Amino acid sequence: MQNQLLIGYDNRHTFLNRLSGSTKLLCFVGLSIIGMMTYDTRYLIGVMVFSLIIFHFSKINYRDIKFVVNVIIGFSVLNLVMVYVFAPHYGVTIYGTEHLLLGSSQHYFNLTTEQLFYEFNLLLKYTFAVPLALIFLMTTNPSEFAASLNKIGISYRISYSVAIALRYIPDVQNDYRTISLAQQARGFEMSKKAPFMTRVRGSIQILLPLIFSSLDRIEVISQAMELRRFGKGKKRTWYMAQKFKSNDYLALLCVLVIILIGIGLFKVNGGRFWNPFN
Amino acid sequence: MQNKQSTSIRTVVATGIGAAIIFVLMKFVAIPTGIPNTQVNVAAGFLALLGAIFGPVAAGLAVFIGHALNDFVTYGSPWWTWIIVDGLIGVAFGFAKNRLKIEDGVLGTAKLVWFNIYQVIVNFIGWVLLAPTGDIIVYHEPATKVYLQGITTWLVNSISVAIIGSILLVLYARTRTQRGSLKKER
Repeated sequence: MQNQLLIGYDNRHTFLNRLSGSTKLLCFVGLSIIGMMTYDTRYLIGVMVFSLIIFHFSKINYRDIKFVVNVIIGFSVLNLVMVYVFAPHYGVTIYGTEHLLLGSSQHYFNLTTEQLFYEFNLLLKYTFAVPLALIFLMTTNPSEFAASLNKIGISYRISYSVAIALRYIPDVQNDYRTISLAQQARGFEMSKKAPFMTRVRGSIQILLPLIFSSLDRIEVISQAMELRRFGKGKKRTWYMAQKFKSNDYLALLCVLVIILIGIGLFKVNGGRFWNPFN
Repeated sequence: MQNKQSTSIRTVVATGIGAAIIFVLMKFVAIPTGIPNTQVNVAAGFLALLGAIFGPVAAGLAVFIGHALNDFVTYGSPWWTWIIVDGLIGVAFGFAKNRLKIEDGVLGTAKLVWFNIYQVIVNFIGWVLLAPTGDIIVYHEPATKVYLQGITTWLVNSISVAIIGSILLVLYARTRTQRGSLKKER
């Protein structure tokens, strides 16, 4: 469980740390949306290489992220297997041709180049944003993140909710752990060894104190904020907000070019898929 | 009663703390069902309570933020279609607030039964109709796979809300003072 803690922000003194949070947020959201839309393998590989290069510059230790990366790879593989089990001919339907590698076309489970290619695309789509997300998480100060949300046009109340969420996740985690240990000391078994219903009952025993203490917390915090006249003004300034510098504009320009290439490829391919089988 | 100003602050705070709780619950108290990316989600039960106390805006945004943050740190990239569906379900749970009137301290069997029928329908629309369709359109995943994931999520989430959500609602209602419980002495 200790491993699963939020991977943390740390100032590593790279140019990525000096970029403003809004820039990084816009770049990440832009790239992840275009990557979500496109099925062009060349483009996805391009973005992947680009994000890995940036990742190299971010000076993040592989050791810090090993656990997260393993979980991500595990889930991607599970998903790919499941896609194959449920739709082994999906690639054929998409690309319109059939190149058999194993088995015959009468069998349900056969292996075609198209299916392999489609699943390779899926794998790229599951993983291409991971280096970017890690960079974003590990180089952006959480307090600055809320300021950036407000800067890109999201209402400051919502930004402030996000700030509260980020601020209180460690507290809630601590509460959760304390309550969990206390309940385990009283004899509730909640580990993987316990049978399913025992685990469910155990988690309810944690849930109740956690939720009721948090509801009290909501009252306390909202009263404190009301005393400080939160929400009286139309706008709000942020202590952690950063001004845009020339590097920010440069980064935004780069990402814009990448996104435009992606949109251009839709036109070239005549759709979202790149078909190398024609 | 509270005025409008303080309810809006309460919504902001409830969204934030709610998102933090949903994040922690999704991360630590999720029991896998065996089908990738679907798990018995205790967070769904909590969402029902959050909606019943603080209304659609807080519940919708809280689950949207909590789910997005959780995807972000667990899978590296947020799976937007499911996050949006989760947000919409939060909003739908929030609309039950006026019907349940949980702050009044009375939560009869009729209301509980109504809420459970309502939540099963809401979950059905969200997980069986909207989420897989979004996956097919946006992510181009094979229909059978996403529908299986959708139906499993619908079942486990409905059960989670039916058990954990109902328990939480009843217990919360018991902590409130009943409306009209004070009598004037003669």
